[in-house]
Amino acid sequence: MTATAPRATEPGWLAALRREGAARFEALRFPTTRDEDWRFTDLAPVAKANLGAARAAGPLTEADLTPYLFGHAEWPRLVFANGRFQAELSRLTGLPAAARVEPLADLLADAPELVEETLGQLAVQPASAALVAQNAAGFTDGYAIVLPAGAVVDTPIHVLFVSDANAVLGTTLPRNVVVLGANAVASVVESYLSLADGVALTNTVTEASLGEGARFDHCKVQREGAEAFHLATFDARQERDSYLNSFSFAEGAAISRTNIYTTLAGPGAHATLYGLYLGEGRQQVDHQTRIEHAAPDCTSWEVYKGILDGHSHGVFNGKVYVHPEAQKTDGKQTNKNLLLSETAKVDTKPQLEIFADDVKCTHGATVGSLDAVPLFYLRSRGIPEDEARTLLTYAFAADVLEEIRSRPVVDHLEDLMRAWLAKAGRRGRAAAGRESA
Amino acid sequence: MLDIKNLTATAGGTEILRGITLTVNAGEVHAIMGPNGSGKSTLAQVLAGHPSYEVTGGSVTYKGQDLLDMEPEARAQAGVFLAFQYPVEIPGVTNAYFLRAAYNAKRTAQGLEELDPMDFLDLLEEKLKLVEWGPEIMSRAVNAGFSGGEKKRNEILQMAVLEPSLAILDETDSGLDIDALKIVANGVNALRRPDSATLLVTHYQRLLNHIVPDRVHVLAGGRIVRSGGKELALELEERGYEWLTDAAGAVA
Amino acid sequence: MTSPVESYVQQDYKYGFVTDIEADTVPRGLNEDTIRLISAKKQEPAFLLEWRLAAYRRWLAMTEPHWPNVQYPPIDYQDIIYYSAPKQVKPLGSLDEVDPELLATYEKLGISLSEQKRLSGVAVDAIFDSVSVATTFREKLAESGVIFCSFSDAVKDHPELVKKYLGSVVPAGDNFFAALNAAVFTDGSFVYIPKGVTCPMELSTYFRINAADTGQFERTLIVAEAGATVSYLEGCTAPKRDTNQLHAAVVELVALEGATIKYSTVQNWYAGDSEGKGGIYNFVTKRGKCAGARSRITWTQVETGSSITWKYPSVILQGDDSIGEFYSVAVVNNRQQADTGTKMIHVGRNTKSTIISKGISAGRGQNSYRGLVKMLPKAVGARNYTQCDSMLIGNACGAHTFPYIDVQHPSASVEHEASTSKIGEDQIFYCKQRGLDTEDAISMIVNGFCKDVFQNLPMEFAVEAQKLLGISLEGSVG
Repeated sequence: MTATAPRATEPGWLAALRREGAARFEALRFPTTRDEDWRFTDLAPVAKANLGAARAAGPLTEADLTPYLFGHAEWPRLVFANGRFQAELSRLTGLPAAARVEPLADLLADAPELVEETLGQLAVQPASAALVAQNAAGFTDGYAIVLPAGAVVDTPIHVLFVSDANAVLGTTLPRNVVVLGANAVASVVESYLSLADGVALTNTVTEASLGEGARFDHCKVQREGAEAFHLATFDARQERDSYLNSFSFAEGAAISRTNIYTTLAGPGAHATLYGLYLGEGRQQVDHQTRIEHAAPDCTSWEVYKGILDGHSHGVFNGKVYVHPEAQKTDGKQTNKNLLLSETAKVDTKPQLEIFADDVKCTHGATVGSLDAVPLFYLRSRGIPEDEARTLLTYAFAADVLEEIRSRPVVDHLEDLMRAWLAKAGRRGRAAAGRESA
Repeated sequence: MLDIKNLTATAGGTEILRGITLTVNAGEVHAIMGPNGSGKSTLAQVLAGHPSYEVTGGSVTYKGQDLLDMEPEARAQAGVFLAFQYPVEIPGVTNAYFLRAAYNAKRTAQGLEELDPMDFLDLLEEKLKLVEWGPEIMSRAVNAGFSGGEKKRNEILQMAVLEPSLAILDETDSGLDIDALKIVANGVNALRRPDSATLLVTHYQRLLNHIVPDRVHVLAGGRIVRSGGKELALELEERGYEWLTDAAGAVA
Repeated sequence: MTSPVESYVQQDYKYGFVTDIEADTVPRGLNEDTIRLISAKKQEPAFLLEWRLAAYRRWLAMTEPHWPNVQYPPIDYQDIIYYSAPKQVKPLGSLDEVDPELLATYEKLGISLSEQKRLSGVAVDAIFDSVSVATTFREKLAESGVIFCSFSDAVKDHPELVKKYLGSVVPAGDNFFAALNAAVFTDGSFVYIPKGVTCPMELSTYFRINAADTGQFERTLIVAEAGATVSYLEGCTAPKRDTNQLHAAVVELVALEGATIKYSTVQNWYAGDSEGKGGIYNFVTKRGKCAGARSRITWTQVETGSSITWKYPSVILQGDDSIGEFYSVAVVNNRQQADTGTKMIHVGRNTKSTIISKGISAGRGQNSYRGLVKMLPKAVGARNYTQCDSMLIGNACGAHTFPYIDVQHPSASVEHEASTSKIGEDQIFYCKQRGLDTEDAISMIVNGFCKDVFQNLPMEFAVEAQKLLGISLEGSVG
């Protein structure tokens, strides 16, 4: 597919970025399972679908979005439908005067130099190269957040990427850039939603540059349609004493792959990466994370949890990479998975690569089913088995949701979890019924 | 036994000891007291030769030898024992193995034969009684998974086995309940000999109810600001440290 | 700063000598004629030659794997001598007829081949370059029905057993190096424990590479019939040479119902010098099959030698309730590289596996743990526990952990834990305050770190392993 509308006014560096992206994607195409970074997720269906650019969305109203606003319609909001900015549905009021929060296309037209050192510069991990290249070649818009030193945006900025029936058999390539000056604070919630079913591809790239002492909360909520393909890459660079808190929630899409990467480039930087993925039917849900400890005295903490039902396949592939100069690194990585059905499966690959000697790094992974002891305990207190199972499964997932900074988002995702579990419970009972019959 | 003259020391460039002068004779128990950050623990660590501290001036003579010139293990072999405030865990190494290795290192340094495991077990049996422990403790890894109280008791056990001439107890009483405190104190008292000396580093007076010191020194701002008999400890219990530290502040 | 440890046992690799002995070698290089020549020298039956040739043809179509986390210059497979054996005038009737030079070599390595001198009750098969030169206690073992002999003898004396089990766990075309081994393997050990028999003594093989430019391709096959038990040890050394030598072995273990096989390795091939010149490339395929219910296979390895180690002793847990275990200490110093770990493939119900891996990296060494735990859809109630710890000494080395976990049944449970640490300054100071010098302190701490693995080694090997560890790490602590 080709770029739809790279603007004629684009600066030379951006044009070069697009050219390189196009050439690179032409050479690489979509990765295959022969590639170690992709061995558990087969993108052949994506490649085969060979989708062109998504058409412009049909008319959208505020009411269409209401269920997805976490009960906070007043939050600053940017809405993109099939990749195009929807000014009338967005609201960018109540932000500090010095803060630039706007569609990337607008910023590029007006002050491209603000993102020149970030856009195309951070998302450079080889595992995501093909996806980033496709995005660079063809992206048209996305969100840009540029905060000067000391600027604080307290309320979450909610960015909705919505696709409707016109996106079916199309590709959307959102591109997002976040640049936080020293001690600046921002919080973003990215929602990916499908308002219509059908095969469609989203390939989104977000780059975030955190200045000294900056704090960035990034929460990604992926609820695309059952036939959708969702590919996402988030890559951050963190200067001294900065803090990144990342959360990835994945519930939708037929095939989804989310890459979350960060480089701890300055001493004292801290990153927390959390995630929760739910799989059912024949869903393929894959997360890859990579934390580069490139400076001394940095800490990272990572917890990903997965619940897999039906014939779904969960994948977690996390790497903590400690460079020789990153002494006094403290890193902890955990991945836990629950399998609810006999046919669900999980591949997990938590990795450590360590080149410094004075470090404290641990990782752990578990796969299993619910522990029999608490299950029995609950039943002995009169709670029916189904309910006890749901309760314990919910508890398994809920503690990681608590790590999302924004309470309304936590509450909303908890509701989603409950609904998902209730559905899983009905499926389980139905299956049990068939078996006993 | 121990003669400290005008000792100064720094850690990471910060001066912590600012001229300590102190003489401890054989058979004596001295208590070093003082508020947090006064340099008490630093003094204990410097005497044991901890590499994090740099001695910048003064002298320490132990049994006629220049203590500061000796490697930490040589000091230990010569009879200097430090009961650590935070005893270190060594996973996978049993208490029995560790103690015997330490005991034999000392014997070798003294030109004596090493003790074989069986003879060493006999020796241990007796020492274990002192801390009211059974032999099962010996097969556990050194301090690994020990509670705070167990770690402190283990320090006393090591001290009992190694029979030091100069025992330095760094806040051995902190974090102990009253029963554990009694066990520790009884151990220390039982090990007192006319030819050995003890340096008790403590924040609180309560240990001194069980181990009665000959002299009490108050450390503040890296200096000894007051010395006295055991009654000084009681006075500190009543009045706190402020009246002395204020005076020290005026001096500094 | 000169550390006290640098002067600590500045002893060389003490097994680095060369035995001056006349050898029967085949010309350099590899083609079908080389294989026919090797097979003819060994007077092999036709089925084995065919098996070799088939493996060779598959090998030709394969490419050398480069996914391990190790780096080395390309290997020229035509520049290797595939067969080298000490010349002997006639077939050996007894140990007395072994070349005294060879006996002396093994004495020097600390392995006495004289049965009278062996007090510890360990039977030894001594493999020198491409052939087995002696196997002790064969008669005594035969009394209980145990077959312990060189692979060559097994081919002659028990062709039906060889035919039945050869390649049954590691097929000829399993991987590049296994295929190469199948084509050119020259000797190795063969063990067969009949039904219900507990092998009355420890069995061991001592591998020695002597000749220059040769590759060693041995093949070991151990079969434990239902209810049988055996403990087997292997040790390895080689002379110091400044060229690299290839060692591509295959080990197959078969445990039938209720059988137990314990396989221990102390691998001390020449590791190359401090600049990484010379040393053995140790590219080995080791795999066991718990074929029967309630069978058990335990791999224990202490890997201190070789310039590059690339091996994953694995267990296929096919029988219900079978148990697989892997205990490993891998040490790299100077410029050594190790990519080692295990695969536990759970097929049967209620199968259990335990993996304990301790990696120690010093100097410029690179140590990777790579493991796969796979729970197949029928592995109901299967369990795995993995603990994988790394210790780094100095800041020019690296530790890498690549576990793969693949679970396809909800009642299976997999737990993986890994940690990385250094020897704490406070630990060393604590030991010094108790009168121990630095090197004793380090040796004690490192051995404590490896304890979970050492306690699975037979006693005399455990002592040997602890000593080796001290020597491998010499000069590594600043």
